[in-house]
Amino acid sequence: MDFANFLIQILNSVQYGLLLFMLAAGLTLIFGIMGVVNLAHGSFYMLGAYLAFSLSGLFGSLTLAILGGAALSVVFGLALEWLLFRHFYQRDHLDQVLLTFGLIYIFEEVRSMLWGDDVHGVPIPDFLGASIPLTENLSYPVYRLFMSGVCIALAIGLYLLISKTRLGMKIRAGAFNRDMTESLGVNIKLIHAIVFALGVALATVAGMIAAPISSVYPNMGSQVLIMCFVVVVIGGIGSVRGALIAALLVGLVDTFGKVLLPQISGMLVYMLMAAVLLWKPEGLFKQ
Amino acid sequence: MSNSRRLVLSRSATLIAAASTGLLMPEIVRAQGAKVRVGLMLPYTGTFAQLGVAIENGVRMAINEQGGKLGGREIEWFKVDDESDPSKGVENATKLVQRDKVDVLIGTVHSGVQMGILKVARDTGVLSIIPNAGVHAATRALCAPNVFRTSFTNSQPTLALGKVLMDKGLKKAVWITWKYAAGDEAFEGFKESYTKAGGTIVKELGLPFPNVEFQALLTEIAALKPDVVVCFFAGGGAAKFIRDYAAAGLKGKIPLYGSGFLTEGVLDAAGPAAEGIVTTMHYSDSLDTPRNKQFRLAYAKEFKSQPDVYAVQGYDTGLLLVQGANAVKGDFNAKPALYKAMEGAVIDSPRGKWTLSKAHNPVQDIYLRVVENKENKVIGVAAKALSDSGAGCKMG
Repeated sequence: MDFANFLIQILNSVQYGLLLFMLAAGLTLIFGIMGVVNLAHGSFYMLGAYLAFSLSGLFGSLTLAILGGAALSVVFGLALEWLLFRHFYQRDHLDQVLLTFGLIYIFEEVRSMLWGDDVHGVPIPDFLGASIPLTENLSYPVYRLFMSGVCIALAIGLYLLISKTRLGMKIRAGAFNRDMTESLGVNIKLIHAIVFALGVALATVAGMIAAPISSVYPNMGSQVLIMCFVVVVIGGIGSVRGALIAALLVGLVDTFGKVLLPQISGMLVYMLMAAVLLWKPEGLFKQ
Repeated sequence: MSNSRRLVLSRSATLIAAASTGLLMPEIVRAQGAKVRVGLMLPYTGTFAQLGVAIENGVRMAINEQGGKLGGREIEWFKVDDESDPSKGVENATKLVQRDKVDVLIGTVHSGVQMGILKVARDTGVLSIIPNAGVHAATRALCAPNVFRTSFTNSQPTLALGKVLMDKGLKKAVWITWKYAAGDEAFEGFKESYTKAGGTIVKELGLPFPNVEFQALLTEIAALKPDVVVCFFAGGGAAKFIRDYAAAGLKGKIPLYGSGFLTEGVLDAAGPAAEGIVTTMHYSDSLDTPRNKQFRLAYAKEFKSQPDVYAVQGYDTGLLLVQGANAVKGDFNAKPALYKAMEGAVIDSPRGKWTLSKAHNPVQDIYLRVVENKENKVIGVAAKALSDSGAGCKMG
């Protein structure tokens, strides 16, 4: 591998890592703040991809579709929280796993009824459709750079929200000591609803942004779910900063593993996870 | 909870034990004139649901065209959704054979599930027809007199690729696929035909199934600069690979070839990125023969949807079954005569006439197709009457 190629592979790793981060951020937030294990997180990613497919056809523009879809996903998240998840915060993790595992099946069936089982494509918007030539026969799609940009913006936004705003302060306080926060007059139920909707929206937006390059197909959520959990576990459950570092790490290991050690590339990420857990059983950044 | 779980466990253990020792052999004696019991074990939910429906449509259409009976007997249908779940393969097949006592078991799509059916078919001796799954073992090391396949083996399409590439002067190839049974078997066919024709495989790239993060490998391909890239992908992953390949700027610089499943059912999703991809397969929707046109028209009329390769395979399954049943006048217990008739059958399929090899796999033409205007246009026959080796198959 020459130096130029090495740099391109680094770019690939970072780009993949950032997308993983965006997916895992919602999962780790929901677990960290409310203590809910949400196996249905991958379904929100799938929902996003299908929304992007339908809405971009309806509006004729992916940008509008993403804005509309993001709004819809917040409403959907709030409704889901109010109907189901709210009643499971204090329950055993096993109950939560059963609930969210069931939801995966329900979402898949609904998806099948609404959209069928075909594979669909979502066109890349014209202004992002170009590719930048890197070597004589390899170019880099502008859309992938755009995706990375959106992920970075969201990472910064999340950081600011949680560590610099009043809402963020309440969220952190609620995660730290629920009863104390509540007795100080903070509406913890509302905070939880907001965090849950935010988590759902993050996964849905990730699905919408990824749709043009990943295509839209049944069961696409379950594929990313496992990677999400790996990222969350490596990063330390509940830590957004940990999720970012872990996602970039997983991106690096996955990309270079595929190229340098193709025979065991499927295992490498999990070996990384095992190694991290041996070294730091609580993950890289414990909350 | 633990009680009922134990009950389930012990029950299934008994079932498996009974099945494997052949305790529950299907009844040998059955009154003639009663209905033929036809079992369909296909995916009706999940990713492959549409394939299951297409296959069933094909089977029914073929039988209805021949009078709706098998050797003069009416049909009773039994259906099981196999969910494409390999862990339930043996259980579901056993249900059809033991509980429903089917005379013939048609199924399935997923190769892993097929291995379960294969086990039950070999243990009980029930007639089994495979309408899709391409796993080699079914017509190689684990072949059996009562197991027939009307589709393909995983290496059949790629066996036709090697010569085509060398004729075009594409001497250095990179192979890329998912690392799982179907991908490995497709590679086997490609490697055999390409190296035999004098080509060199520069590098074999792979990623775990069903991972779709191709970017790292595309970067690697660009650095290797081969004459041609050859691949095996299918479904959603195939659409993504095609789009990523074009977005990485490789399209138009390094031609992309593959096993035909790369461009089946994904051309709308892949869009313009798919134009110009050349593949090999035993069928194409646009095959320009009177037989295919007539089939497509009739199918569209009856089911209000366009048939695909899976519908054709189901249709051929029906044709094969009718030929066998008619030869023995519906007596499914006359096994030697039934199998002999099926072995000798010539199937007048929409894909072209085909016969069965000694190992019970189709000997068929493999077409060369190029994607043009979102259609797999046939540009020739890549290999005439191509047969799978059937290596390791010992019948009887």
